[in-house]
Amino acid sequence: MDPVISVRDLWKVFGPKASQLAASDELKALSRQELMERTGSVAAVRGVDFDVAPGEMFVVMGLSGSGKSTLVRCLTRLVEPTAGTIMFEGENILEADPKRLRDLRRNKFSMVFQHFGLLPHRTVAENVGYGLEIRGVPRAKRGERSQEVIDLVGLSGNEKSYPDQLSGGMQQRVGLARALAGDPDVLFFDEPFSALDPLIRRDMQSEVIRLHREVGKTMVFITHDLNEALKLGDRILIMRDGEVVQVGTGDELVGAPADDYVRDFVRDVPKSHVLTLKWIMRPPRPDDELDGPELSPETVVREAVRSVLSADKPVKVVRNGELLGVVADEEILGVVAGEA
Amino acid sequence: MVAVAAARQPPRVFQHKKSLIFAGVVLAWLALWLVFRNAWTLSLGAADLTPLHRWINEVNDAVGASRNSNPLFLYFFNEIRLVIDEFVTFIQALIAQPSFGRPVPVIGWLGVVAIAGFVSLVVAGWRIALLAVAGFVFLGLQGLWQESMDTLSLTLAAVVISLLVGIPLGIWAGLSDRANRILTPVLDFMQTMPTFVYLAPLTLFFLIGPASATIATLIYAAPPAIRITAHAIRSVPRNTVEASESLGATRSQTLVKVLLPSARKTIVLGVNQTIMAALAMVTIAALIDAPGLGKTVVKALQTLDVGTAFNAGLAIVVLAIVLDRVTTAAASERRTLPRWALFGGLGVTGVCVYLSYTYLWAAEFQSDVEIGTAIRKGATAVTEWAQDSLPVITDGFKDFVTFALINPLQALLAESPWFLVALVIVALSFMIGGVRPAIVSAVCVGLLIATGLWQDSMITLASTLVATIMVMVLGVVVGVWMGRSTRADRFIRPVLDAAQVMPAFVYLVPFLALFSASRFTAIIAAVVFAAPVAIKIIADGIRAVSPATVEASTALGSSSWQTIVKVQLPMARGALTLAANQGLIYVLSMVVVGGLVGAGALGYDVVAGFSQGQLYGKGLAAGVAIVVLGVMLDRLTQAAAKRWTN
Repeated sequence: MDPVISVRDLWKVFGPKASQLAASDELKALSRQELMERTGSVAAVRGVDFDVAPGEMFVVMGLSGSGKSTLVRCLTRLVEPTAGTIMFEGENILEADPKRLRDLRRNKFSMVFQHFGLLPHRTVAENVGYGLEIRGVPRAKRGERSQEVIDLVGLSGNEKSYPDQLSGGMQQRVGLARALAGDPDVLFFDEPFSALDPLIRRDMQSEVIRLHREVGKTMVFITHDLNEALKLGDRILIMRDGEVVQVGTGDELVGAPADDYVRDFVRDVPKSHVLTLKWIMRPPRPDDELDGPELSPETVVREAVRSVLSADKPVKVVRNGELLGVVADEEILGVVAGEA
Repeated sequence: MVAVAAARQPPRVFQHKKSLIFAGVVLAWLALWLVFRNAWTLSLGAADLTPLHRWINEVNDAVGASRNSNPLFLYFFNEIRLVIDEFVTFIQALIAQPSFGRPVPVIGWLGVVAIAGFVSLVVAGWRIALLAVAGFVFLGLQGLWQESMDTLSLTLAAVVISLLVGIPLGIWAGLSDRANRILTPVLDFMQTMPTFVYLAPLTLFFLIGPASATIATLIYAAPPAIRITAHAIRSVPRNTVEASESLGATRSQTLVKVLLPSARKTIVLGVNQTIMAALAMVTIAALIDAPGLGKTVVKALQTLDVGTAFNAGLAIVVLAIVLDRVTTAAASERRTLPRWALFGGLGVTGVCVYLSYTYLWAAEFQSDVEIGTAIRKGATAVTEWAQDSLPVITDGFKDFVTFALINPLQALLAESPWFLVALVIVALSFMIGGVRPAIVSAVCVGLLIATGLWQDSMITLASTLVATIMVMVLGVVVGVWMGRSTRADRFIRPVLDAAQVMPAFVYLVPFLALFSASRFTAIIAAVVFAAPVAIKIIADGIRAVSPATVEASTALGSSSWQTIVKVQLPMARGALTLAANQGLIYVLSMVVVGGLVGAGALGYDVVAGFSQGQLYGKGLAAGVAIVVLGVMLDRLTQAAAKRWTN
């Protein structure tokens, strides 16, 4: 399947000599520090490549200052990239003229912001309908569609409230509804839940997972919270100093960190929640009895604990009838005990 | 090695040395003053003119003669004057003056009261609407209906034009950094210039009358609208704008649907500022023959009729309070009026307007309970009582300030040879700020001499300095009190706000009653006008001192006095210098008003220039001298502030 978004060698440099940089391989090769010293410019995004598949929940994770917010703004050209290509459904967004760009923003993608960005002088319904209003949808139709998405995000009954009358979580639901109202192909989330309380954050994460399942849209989600990334992401891109450190599924990051930076990051993650059997299985030994129960390699360790520990023989890890390996008590305990 | 030695020199010694030099300069000045007293003072009699003044008179005459032939006038100034005159006359015809062949305005008092009530109801709610109705009826009861409506007409005209110019400019400055950079210094200049100063040059181009008054008001009232609109647009959160852009809004959609609505409340506050500034200026523009309440006050002041001045002053205050409350409430919250109230109010207003158009009783305010006379008599009685019974206190205070402060300073400044004062000013400027302020001061001194009004300038400078010192004393005492006590702040701040809303004229009335016409009265009026600003700035400065520092000082065992003197005041010195700077500017802007009540010198020259043709040139030169003094003092205090706060 063709990717919805395909990013190649994307650069964003802030500072006086930004445009020179695009042409100079020598400057591109410099580290962030050297670039700062040589040109007085800051490279927020440095040669980033990735693809996002249709319907995927793609998470970009990094600490503050890693360039993740700049990256997502480059994707919608809220921040103008310095160099590179961004193919969106086969079209290079960087070549779109202002009118085409507006069209794309109105119809193809929309964004949810960390600080909501709601209009304080408009009611919930008017905020949700704002995107439709600026593309000229008639009032009646706008009201209908707004109501649909308001119901979808669980805001029914609050249509006439003003943003300042709502809690933070509710306000972000409005932001979510506003992004959904235009029925975009892709939703971008810029740390949408960072400003919320932990409990409400968990609710909202579940909400996004539910919406992702229900509306099946491609989503690009920015966060600094690894647990959020692991919970939501089909695949996760880890950024550091503007560069991609690793792209992979959650269990890939935990099971095979690309470097010490990622390893350090994932150290405190409860591995049994993330790793699947394929990461802990071992080849069968001659003395193993191979007539025990079978499990798929994608089974999460946590869910396999009971069956492995209750079986008196090693559990076989089998895909399409092919024996990949076995998991016994010691492997399971190794993971579970390692967390303590 | 040299550099190291210089750097190591203890600053204390340096300071000490500086104050020695300072004392030396002052002592030398005193000694030379004793020797050369009253020589080379460049004095000029009240009716005497210099060639410059005569030349300005001639220019004025020439301009007057060519007003209907010179193309610049025919196609530019006259056009502007005509349009504005027409506009003002139109509003006056609606609510103030007999018009369209009728003996009364189109809309009589009942209609105006109803409209005021209805508009207030829509934008500000029931209570404020009641206040507005009561306030307007009160104006009628005072016997000042027509004067009030003239003032209101002029204010409305100036506000409409100010907003038509100011809001678009403000939006532009809000959106474009370059526009902001260009506009800011221009606005700074417009706002630091003492208000009266542009009255005279304006009359040269637009004649005496409503047009000049409106344009003067415009100059004074438009800057707040521009500034606040720009500020409002700039303070809309970036993420709100970004959200709108991310949804594909065009620039104009973002402006109309996001920026302007989000900035609405703040912009309405700007409108409030503009209205208050316009009202203040419209009353002052009575000096160039603007009709209305200001004129009544000016006439009464000139004949020392305190009762009439008080009555008209009270009307200005009432008008100011109504306009202020309505616009403040309009900015404060969102309000939706029930439909029945909206249409009901509209209906009632329509009926009232119709009645006031048709029937004389609803058109002309005639009342059996005329309270204006009572107010006038009461005020006069209080004045007489005060003058008879309080002289021990008031005269004592007045004499103390006059003999201990004003007279010595004025003698020193105005009776020294001009070159001596000039030398001292330049020397002090150099010591305070270095080369650049010294050059500015030298140029300003030169310009003052060129205006031919050197001695008058020095007399005015003496009064200004005395007033500023008093402002600063008041400012520090009350400001520190407010800064340290939340309760004091809560009680005093509204009083200060109210004092700032009131047009400058109004202050004069009670002080005129207490102290009669003298330099001292003018100084006190200036102090009362300038003190609220200084107090507020100092109070905010004291409040902004980090509580942790104050706590640390207390924990070390400092007394309150020690904390104030050693911690809070030094840490608030930025606020202190700003207060001194603003205090000076405000005091200076009252110089002309002071001229009405016996301040003499430049203020009197300006006032006389408005009323007597042969003194026109002198008045204009006096206006320029005030600006020059203002620029010099402004630069000096700013330079001192820079030195002191770094």
